Amino acid sequence: MSGAILSVRDLEKTFGSVVAARDISIDVPPLQTVGIIGANGAGKTTFVNMITGHLRPSKGTIHFEDRDITGLPSRTITRLGISRSFQVAQVFPSLTVIENMRAAAAIGRGKDSVIAQAMTPLDSPQARSEADAAVDLFQIARYRDARAATLPQGVRKLLDIAMAVAGHPRVLLLDEPTSGISIEEKFGLMDVVMSALKTRKITVLFVEHDMEIVGRFADRVLAFYDGTVIADEKPQTVLANPKVQAFISGTKPLNEDALHA
Amino acid sequence: MLTRANLFGALVFVAVAISALFLPPWLVSLATIAFANALVVLGLVILWRTGLVPFGQALFYAIGAYAVALIGRYTPIRDVFVVVLAGAVAAGVVAYVIGFLLARYREIFFAMLSLAMSMILYGILVKSEALGSTDGFHVEAGSFLGWRPQGALRNLALFWLVLGFCAIAAWVVGVYFRSVAGSMAIPMRDNEIRVEFLGLSVDRLVHLKLVISGVLAGIGGALAALAVQHVDPQMAYWTTSGGFVFVTVLAGAGSVAAAFVGSLAFELVRSIAVALLPGAWQLILGSALLLTILFLPEGLGSLYSRLRRKPAAPKEQPGGPS
Ligand SMILES: Nc1ncnc2c1ncn2[C@@H]1O[C@H](COP(=O)(O)OP(=O)(O)O)[C@@H](O)[C@H]1O
Ligand SMILES: [Mg+2]
Repeated sequence: MSGAILSVRDLEKTFGSVVAARDISIDVPPLQTVGIIGANGAGKTTFVNMITGHLRPSKGTIHFEDRDITGLPSRTITRLGISRSFQVAQVFPSLTVIENMRAAAAIGRGKDSVIAQAMTPLDSPQARSEADAAVDLFQIARYRDARAATLPQGVRKLLDIAMAVAGHPRVLLLDEPTSGISIEEKFGLMDVVMSALKTRKITVLFVEHDMEIVGRFADRVLAFYDGTVIADEKPQTVLANPKVQAFISGTKPLNEDALHA
Repeated sequence: MLTRANLFGALVFVAVAISALFLPPWLVSLATIAFANALVVLGLVILWRTGLVPFGQALFYAIGAYAVALIGRYTPIRDVFVVVLAGAVAAGVVAYVIGFLLARYREIFFAMLSLAMSMILYGILVKSEALGSTDGFHVEAGSFLGWRPQGALRNLALFWLVLGFCAIAAWVVGVYFRSVAGSMAIPMRDNEIRVEFLGLSVDRLVHLKLVISGVLAGIGGALAALAVQHVDPQMAYWTTSGGFVFVTVLAGAGSVAAAFVGSLAFELVRSIAVALLPGAWQLILGSALLLTILFLPEGLGSLYSRLRRKPAAPKEQPGGPS
């Protein structure tokens, strides 16, 4: 466990008879960028949900900076330093972009206690300047006074991620940051996100279907298949793996060799 | 934290306090009840901004009122400040305890569970022979730091007492609305998941709202008990709760001031309606609410901001923020 910022042991999640995750053991060193690939239903979101406290694992442990966080509520895990974005962007549609960011910055600056937060003004010079810096960093300043409900999909995704980063997390999980975005825009969005996260010194785990994007941005790739991790190596190695090619990237037809490789 | 709005608000309260010297006694008495009830409405506004409407807020109103009545009956304590604060604490404690259950629910479930709680209290009060059952019982007049005014002077003193509590409540709620927790009303309505993943517990935010609104309703009930000098189980009944929701919709959730203006407007319209059409005053009140919902969906409080906004912004900018 030493050296790893995030350490997962024998993680398992079952929904009735469905096994959504099984035997997952992973150590992530600080500042690594980990790509997570896998077909729909492979268990990627379940994995993200367990680490961020959205789902309680059926079995196994999760350690963050050598601290057991298994089964803690999501807001506690957020406060400890693990944040996330969502497959479907989770923002406040009635608020403008800058209001969304100010709310996120103010909550992030404050404490867990709602009583303390009832005595802290939302509007502070610090929260304002943090919000301004965030919309610049994520290149959504052009939309700052637009209501989030009216945003194009890509901008909403960026806002979601910017809000997740507002609390200064040390680990960030991105669940399909480029889903619902046109192919032409995907690389641009990932460039913005990844360079922003680099300047903030954040360890990143991101779920992605596009192998080109994974190859470009990940230091390491986890390939999920049917709730288990079938490959965990450098991007080139994983993408060349016959099982991965057969089950996930689709570059090789499914055959008997792949099943027993 | 003193802002220009605070200063303006303080001036308005002082002006209203002075004007009471020149108003007819019936109007002072009406305003006393209206402003005591406005505290309950203010509490409902806090919840309504998040989309929560409790149909049993009279629970806390009755607890505040009965706390005052019981202290008068069983103890030698008569000081109005002490008994009103006791009513506030009693209502706050009950709100805190049932909040553990209530804060887990939303929408119609929240509304109905709140109603159920108030009906339990109503049932207990009706069954309590010692507390006068459905008739209720008398509330001691009380003293103001040793001073015991009589007649018209007592009415004035009570009005000022109510105004004082209203001023403090308005200031505290104003501070709360500008706080991080108080600003989460729309975010919580929009997206609870995002609030949780930013690091705040939505259930606890609702719980806090419940306690604040419970305390406000308790103060309102305590003041009303002093003003009417009588308590009865009707104060916990669902029609009482419904009346507060009615005024909240009439007032709108836009501002703190709306609760006071709305409550005063309601009492005025009601007393005029009762005078004009003794048998059908509900008809007039119902129509007033209908017209408000149709033409001022954000309540009477939005009238002021509308008037103020008009000259400044002649036209919305195309594509601009709304
Ligand atoms: N809340 C849930 N209840 C029941 N089954 C679920 C739930 N969440 C996920 N699953 C199941 O778990 C499996 C993995 O789902 P998921 O983690 O969402 O996959 P991915 O994100 O890789 O597409 C799927 O079979 C899915 O149907
Ligand atoms: Mg998924």
